[in-house]
Amino acid sequence: MTAALSPPRLLPSGDSAITVEFSRNIDDTANQRVLALDHAVAIEAITGVTETVPTYRSLLVHYDPVQIGFDALGEKLLALARLPVPAETSPRRWRVPVAYGGEHGIDLEDVAKALKTTPDEIVARHIAADYRVAMIGFTPGWSYLSGLDPFLHMPRRQSPRLLTPAGTISIGGVQTGVQCLAGPSGWHLLGRTPVRTYQLHRDPTFLLEPGDHVTLSVIDHKTFAEQDRAAEAGELIAELIAS
Amino acid sequence: MSKLVISSIGPASSVQDGGRPGSQRYGLTPGGAIDRLALAVANTLVGNKTFAAAVEIGPFGASFTAREGAVRVALSGAPRNADIAKRSVAFESSVTLADGETLTLGFARGAAFSYLAIEGAIEGEPMFGSLSVNARAGLGSPYPRPLQAGDELKVAAATGRTERRIELPAAVNGPIRVVLGPQDDEFSDEAKHLFLDSDWKISGTSDRMGYRLEGPVIKHLHGHNIVSDGTVNGSIQVPGSGAPIVLMPDRGTSGGYPKIATVISSDLGRFAQIPTGHAFRFKAISMAEAQAELRKFTELLRSLPDRLRDIENFDLNLEALQDANVAGCAVNAVDAATWQVLSPDTT
Repeated sequence: MTAALSPPRLLPSGDSAITVEFSRNIDDTANQRVLALDHAVAIEAITGVTETVPTYRSLLVHYDPVQIGFDALGEKLLALARLPVPAETSPRRWRVPVAYGGEHGIDLEDVAKALKTTPDEIVARHIAADYRVAMIGFTPGWSYLSGLDPFLHMPRRQSPRLLTPAGTISIGGVQTGVQCLAGPSGWHLLGRTPVRTYQLHRDPTFLLEPGDHVTLSVIDHKTFAEQDRAAEAGELIAELIAS
Repeated sequence: MSKLVISSIGPASSVQDGGRPGSQRYGLTPGGAIDRLALAVANTLVGNKTFAAAVEIGPFGASFTAREGAVRVALSGAPRNADIAKRSVAFESSVTLADGETLTLGFARGAAFSYLAIEGAIEGEPMFGSLSVNARAGLGSPYPRPLQAGDELKVAAATGRTERRIELPAAVNGPIRVVLGPQDDEFSDEAKHLFLDSDWKISGTSDRMGYRLEGPVIKHLHGHNIVSDGTVNGSIQVPGSGAPIVLMPDRGTSGGYPKIATVISSDLGRFAQIPTGHAFRFKAISMAEAQAELRKFTELLRSLPDRLRDIENFDLNLEALQDANVAGCAVNAVDAATWQVLSPDTT
């Protein structure tokens, strides 16, 4: 029997959603509980629950209050959150290629300088980790990965960039991630992947699920250009690897 | 088959329907009409499904021309001058454009968005079950971007049905109601009172992602960075500047600023319609009250088809004429950059 798990906080997000908060911080244990609750809610198929959104530290549960009230749903969610977190059973593991530095990773040199090391060491440490998709959010396919080497933890940029390229691989604070669409970012840009984590007319439209594992590998800029064309044509590029 | 050609249109105008919930876990925002009740009213008048795709028209003028057949339409939401060949057109009534006729709309008055629903709805290719435009994600049909002059919407030819109007209950007025949380504990009681007891205005830099508010600075207890968590329509984030942002249907699905409160679902459309520069207040209500309001709102949406009335003799319909007179009497000049109403002006 595992030790009793501390109950999450139930926070109202308006009249049609509950935030089930396991921690205020980025916390791997909390994220595993979030993903476990997400899974449990899906299996339980609670009447009135319309959609769930896992994040680092909380599960946002959208519901229809005409079908179930805040208190009744809150009780069900607390009961499910008390269940022990099941061990990860063979999560999907993706290999995602990345072209580091140069035009694709314009902050790599500065990050190395700030951390008093070489760009090669930054890359070596960045690809060494076994990452888990902690959450997907902000914009379609933006996948936040947990498991960043603490050596690479560094504050975000003072002023965010208004436009960073699609496929950007970056670090910010204690986080790293794969950004799918071009957009604003305050993180440090290390490289780019040709992989589209979101592509409209492709099956699957969304490549990664929260809880998937990700391993990064280095490709040169020429390979990036080739794979980028193939990805544009609908190829996944990312490979599933046996655990 | 007919066509409705966009002869002219301002910014912030796009095809919107009920949106595409269900993929927020992948970062895909639900989007959809910013004022659901107005969308539902316009659709009901032309016999469409409640949340079928319609044209959401921003604060500026627009004109639409029927081609290759007659097109029945209905207008709702922000009032504005509307005419077909110099005949005034009433809001919240259906009306038919003969082949070649143009519906001309002026600037929005006292609200921001109007809806033009078209009988048979707009044809398009649904993406995640919706035609709603979300330009950032490349979604939307028939155009994955805001509408431009020259665009054509494929629509059904108008049926020969009697035109209809709708009897709606009096509009809700008063403060915009919120439920505190999810992160109201990131703010002192003093900051919460300041938020609830101050006049606010909507900034001209607002859009379908978020409405920025102008008013007092709301300070955080422990700084403005929290670990990103999920957002909903109506989440009121407070970034480092202390100027709150109310998240709208094209919001990011997660955000890293503390959320002091959430606009209740039934007030979201009313909030979205507040013109820039117009003072308003928030009022905190309990969860039970908010959910009771949502049940009432849901019931109102359900009742819309029962509220339709045939317009037996359109030309002599007093109510329609009265509405048309109201619509024809005043136009406010609007600053093109900020949507700010400059001065009332009678024409």
